[in-house]
Amino acid sequence: MRIINQKPSRSLALFLGLLPFVALVVTYAIASHYRRLDNPADKLLPSIEQMMGTFYRYAFVPDRRSGDLLLLTDTIDSLLRLGAGIAIATLLALIVGIAIGFIPVVRSALAPFLASFSLIPPITVLPILFIIFGLGEVSKIALIVFGTAPIMMRSTAQAVMDIPREMIIKAETLGASVWQMLLRLVVPQTMPKLISAIRLALVPGWIFLISAEAIASTSGLGYRIFLVRRYLAMDVILPYVVWITLLAFLIDRLLLALSIKIFPWRHLEGESL
Amino acid sequence: MSQNDTIISVKNVAKFYDQVPVLERVNISVERGTFCTIVGASGCGKSTFLRMLLSQELPTRGEILLDGEKLPDEPTADRGIVFQKYSVFPHLTVKGNLLLSQEFEQAPMSGKLYGNAKTIALEKIDETLEKIGLSAARDKFPSQLSGGMQQRLAIAQALLKEPKILLLDEPFGALDPGIRLDMHELLLSLWEDLNMTIFMVTHDLNEAFKLGTRMLVFDKIRHDPHAPNAFGATITYDLNIASCSQSNAQDAEMYFAKSPNSTEET
Repeated sequence: MRIINQKPSRSLALFLGLLPFVALVVTYAIASHYRRLDNPADKLLPSIEQMMGTFYRYAFVPDRRSGDLLLLTDTIDSLLRLGAGIAIATLLALIVGIAIGFIPVVRSALAPFLASFSLIPPITVLPILFIIFGLGEVSKIALIVFGTAPIMMRSTAQAVMDIPREMIIKAETLGASVWQMLLRLVVPQTMPKLISAIRLALVPGWIFLISAEAIASTSGLGYRIFLVRRYLAMDVILPYVVWITLLAFLIDRLLLALSIKIFPWRHLEGESL
Repeated sequence: MSQNDTIISVKNVAKFYDQVPVLERVNISVERGTFCTIVGASGCGKSTFLRMLLSQELPTRGEILLDGEKLPDEPTADRGIVFQKYSVFPHLTVKGNLLLSQEFEQAPMSGKLYGNAKTIALEKIDETLEKIGLSAARDKFPSQLSGGMQQRLAIAQALLKEPKILLLDEPFGALDPGIRLDMHELLLSLWEDLNMTIFMVTHDLNEAFKLGTRMLVFDKIRHDPHAPNAFGATITYDLNIASCSQSNAQDAEMYFAKSPNSTEET
């Protein structure tokens, strides 16, 4: 049988899926082992046990100076910033994006501006944000908003414009006002795509969060890894990178599950008809 | 029938796209209760004509009167529509689709009914659900229904708003022949029950004869070989099918076949 027609069984698929992860860990363990044979105090590739020990300390042993559980406070601070930034960007996408997509006058007024605005590399605005808002929370959240809102607004506007004209006309013939069309047709049809937009925006969202924290912060996941970089503390950095990745993965899955739960009709399409 | 029974009158309507005429000199008046079928070759403006009745497009010249008054410039609740595709809302269940027009009417701010008002509204659609045979599927989403069921839902949804005229744009074009026959029966019984005025664009000549009481044929009558776009189409035949018996339909088809440019490709 041709390879394109060979479907792996469930257990084989699981095994194949795990394989690259296991391979990465094993490769790391071997490389680390040989480096430490040469120099038992090697900092670049610490052993997995050492990293787990450090991670445990960050997670469960209160910091000697502040008395905080560092991993917990770092995670909470970072997620609050990311959450606030993405929430504001989502709100902007809902209001501005839908207005641009649905109302031609607003589209004429704002679409060219938004198209130009979204081309500004967000990180270049960071000094401006620091000057205007200072080094506190506002400028970090503003950077995330700046980096994610324009693309979210544009994709939301596009999602509204992708609603077949026939449906809008049908709603008009059923006596709907513009407001009612927004509530019952445009927003419900756009929401699943908005959730997809959030999932995509979280990728640059994390980048801007970590960047802002690296440059000016006294807490957060990005702050921590750039702080310990000075001591070549790979035993902190590597577990933190894995932890950040895990958080990003969980948030993504959560949003997908949410979408399936709230918008079952969207996920029915194509499966059964 | 008397003069004041006219529901639609079209006066010297023309439609141009970028100075290219698509329709010209369209003049008809249609009486209340007519089932008007519209046929013609592709690109002969029959769908354009329907879209002008809907105000989805506006005539370049001339005017269309509904009950003696000029049509508004946008689609409104006095004209119902069923398209071939995208005719129901995919994010609402069968029940939700049918409730929508009542919700628009009764809840201007929220657009949604709750509690007691919803119960009453649901009772009103029960009979409709029964009639279109979708009682068992009331909680399903359109994508879980067959094409025929979706179109039945679309027709019922449009009729619940009780429009003055119902416009159908090739509503059965994507359905299997067997399903089409069922749809014909449903449509005819609804038309008789409600004493509706219906305009229906179709590709299928037999369908047009079977369902219609009046058939409009759109075609180009003037041709300039050096400038194929110089002239638009107009109504070339206006057949009163109700007055001829079923056997006469055969004659009409013969007569129809003699038209200068064949109007049917199939």
